[in-house]
Amino acid sequence: MTDAVEFVGVSRHFGPVRAVDGVDLAIAEGSFFAMLGPSGSGKTTCLRLISGFEKPTGGQIRIFGEESGRVPPNLRNVNTVFQDYALFPHMNVRDNVAYGPMVKGVPRAVRAARAEEMLSLVKLDGYGDRKPGQLSGGQRQRVALARALVNEPRVLLLDEPLGALDLKLREAMQDELKALQKRLGITFVFVTHDQGEALSMADRVAVFSDGKVAQVGTPEEVYGKPRTRFVADFVGSSNVLPPALTQRLGGPARWSSLRPESLRLAAAEGAALAGTVTALRYLGAGTRVVIDGPGAELAVLVPAGQALPAAGARVGLAFDPAMLHVMDEA
Amino acid sequence: MMDFRPVTLPVRGPGDRLTALFWRRPNLLLVLLLAPPLLWLGVVYLGSLAALLLQSFYSIDEFSGLVVHEFTLKTYLELLRPSNFDILLRTVGMAAAVTLGCAVIAFPIAYYAARYARGRWKAAFYLGVMLPLWSSYLVKVYAWKLILSKEGIVTWATDAAGASAVLNAVLALPVIGGNSLSTSYIGTWIVFVYVWLPYMILPMQAALERVPQSMLEASADLGATRAQTLRRVILPLALPGVIAGSIFTFSLTLGDYIIPQIIGSSRLFIGQAVYTLQGTAGNIPLAAAFAVVPIAVMLVYLALAKRMGAFDAL
Repeated sequence: MTDAVEFVGVSRHFGPVRAVDGVDLAIAEGSFFAMLGPSGSGKTTCLRLISGFEKPTGGQIRIFGEESGRVPPNLRNVNTVFQDYALFPHMNVRDNVAYGPMVKGVPRAVRAARAEEMLSLVKLDGYGDRKPGQLSGGQRQRVALARALVNEPRVLLLDEPLGALDLKLREAMQDELKALQKRLGITFVFVTHDQGEALSMADRVAVFSDGKVAQVGTPEEVYGKPRTRFVADFVGSSNVLPPALTQRLGGPARWSSLRPESLRLAAAEGAALAGTVTALRYLGAGTRVVIDGPGAELAVLVPAGQALPAAGARVGLAFDPAMLHVMDEA
Repeated sequence: MMDFRPVTLPVRGPGDRLTALFWRRPNLLLVLLLAPPLLWLGVVYLGSLAALLLQSFYSIDEFSGLVVHEFTLKTYLELLRPSNFDILLRTVGMAAAVTLGCAVIAFPIAYYAARYARGRWKAAFYLGVMLPLWSSYLVKVYAWKLILSKEGIVTWATDAAGASAVLNAVLALPVIGGNSLSTSYIGTWIVFVYVWLPYMILPMQAALERVPQSMLEASADLGATRAQTLRRVILPLALPGVIAGSIFTFSLTLGDYIIPQIIGSSRLFIGQAVYTLQGTAGNIPLAAAFAVVPIAVMLVYLALAKRMGAFDAL
C-alpha cells in the first residue's frame, strides 16, 4: 500500500534558520497522524509543505506516491483547516462551505446542496445564512471543517484546529474529530503542541524538535518508550534520569525515563531513591510532588486521597523496575 | 505586625484631580474632546453647506443682475441648458475616468506594499507615495504642462524612439485628442491621475493590509486560481478601501478648477464654472447650483457602492 504522504529527506531553510531539517516521514493512508512539538519545532512548516504553501529547499514530498514538487496548492487534492479558521467574512456560511465547488465550476444548486450536506455532517444544519462573524469559536471551527471536507480531499490537514477553544469544547471536538475521521476514512494530519491532544486522538505521533523528527510511533510507544530526553520531557513531563542514576537503579549507564505516576512515596530509610520535598502542585485528580533527588529532580504523582508529605520532608521513592525505560540516547 | 503603608495614595496635584474627575464622570472627557470639532463641523462646515444649498434655490434677475431671494427651481433648470449640461457631463466623465485610471495604477503598487514590502522597502514605499504631496500642487501642474507640451520631453522622447507616429495617432483621436498633450483631455487626465494617485494608493494599501494571508491561502487551498482569489476574496475585502480612495479621486476631480485651466482644452469644468459665475458674472445662485452637483453625484455614488456591498466587510 502506498503511503498517503511521504517525506524523503525534506528540508525547509529560511536563510540561516533550519525550520525543517532532513525529515523522513511516512503517513499511512486512512490514519490519524499527529505532528507534535513545541512552537518553532517545524511541525507547522511540515504541514505547509504538504499543502504547498511552502516549497522544500531539499528532499522530496510524495502524496499518494506522486511527487508534489511542481504542483501548486490549488491543484493538490489536499485541504486545510487553518488555525485561525480563515473563513471569508464577506460570505455567509453556506457560500464559505461551497467555495471549493464554486471555484471548480459546480452549478449553484448542486454546490448549495453539497454545502448543506457538509453543514449537517458537522451538526450546523440551518446555519447557512449566517455570517462567520455571528458564530461562536466552536461553530466557526466546524464551518472551517465543513469547508475543507466538501472537496473530498485525499488528505485533510489540521493546523492546531482546537487551539482557540476552551477546555470543555476542546474535549468534545476531539471526540468528534476522531469519530469523523473513522467514518470518512480520510487521512488526517494534525498539528498540535498539546501532547494530551496528540495522545488521545492520533493513531501515530511524530514528535518534532528543532526541525527534526525526534520520534515516530503509536501514542503508547511515544509516551511509554521515549527515545530521547526531549521526547520523555515533552510528552508527559517524565522524569529524565542521567546515566549515573540509571546505573544506581540497576540499569545500564544510559539516560532513562521514569513516569511520575510510576513512582510511589515510601519511607526514606532503606529506599533506593530518597530526597527532600521541594514543592507540591495540586492538580485536582492528584498532587505532583517534586523531590530533590540524587542527581536529578524527580516528580511523583500522588493520587488524590493519599497522604501528602510536607515541603522540606525527607521521603523515599519506590517503583516497579520494569517501568524504568532506558532511552536510545546515550 | 502593623502595616502603615497607605491604602489610598495621596493626590499629587491637578493631574490626579482631573484624572479622578474624568474617572467619576467618563462622559465629561468625551464631551470636552468632541465639543470643539462638533461645533466646527456643525456650524462652520455644515452651516456653510446649508447656506450654499439655500443660495441655489434663489435666482438672478436678468435685467438688474441682482439676486432674487425667492424660492425657485429656475436656477437648477439653467443647469440643463446644453452649454451648462456639457460642463456637468465633461466633469463627471473626467472624474470617472480619473478614478478608474487611479484604481488600475494604484492596485499593484498598494498590493505590493501591503503584501510584500517590509522594513526598508515599506519606508521607501511611504516616502515615494507621499513625496509628491510635499511640493506645491501648482508647481507640479506647471511642470506637467512643460512635460506634455509640444516642445516637451514626451514629444522629444517619442521622436527619439521613432514613435512619433503613435503620439500623433493618439492626438488625432476625436474629442480626447488635440494639438498637443498639454492642450488635450488626455493631458488633463494624465495630470489628474498623477496628482490624486496617493489618495487612492494609501486607503487601498490599508485595506489590502487588513486581508489576512491565511485567507488567500484558504482560497488557494480550496482550489481557486490566482484570478479567482483576486475576484472572490481580495477585491471584495479590499473594496471599502477602493471606495474610500475613489471618493477622494472622484470628488477632488469634480471640484478642481486649476488643472483643467492650465492643462487641456479651454472648455470649462464645474470648478471653473463656479469660479467664473461667482466672480465676474456675479451669478451666485447658478454657482451654488453648480456646486451642489458634485455633492449630489457623490451621494448617488455612495448609495450605489453601499448597494454593491462595498461596506459589508467594515
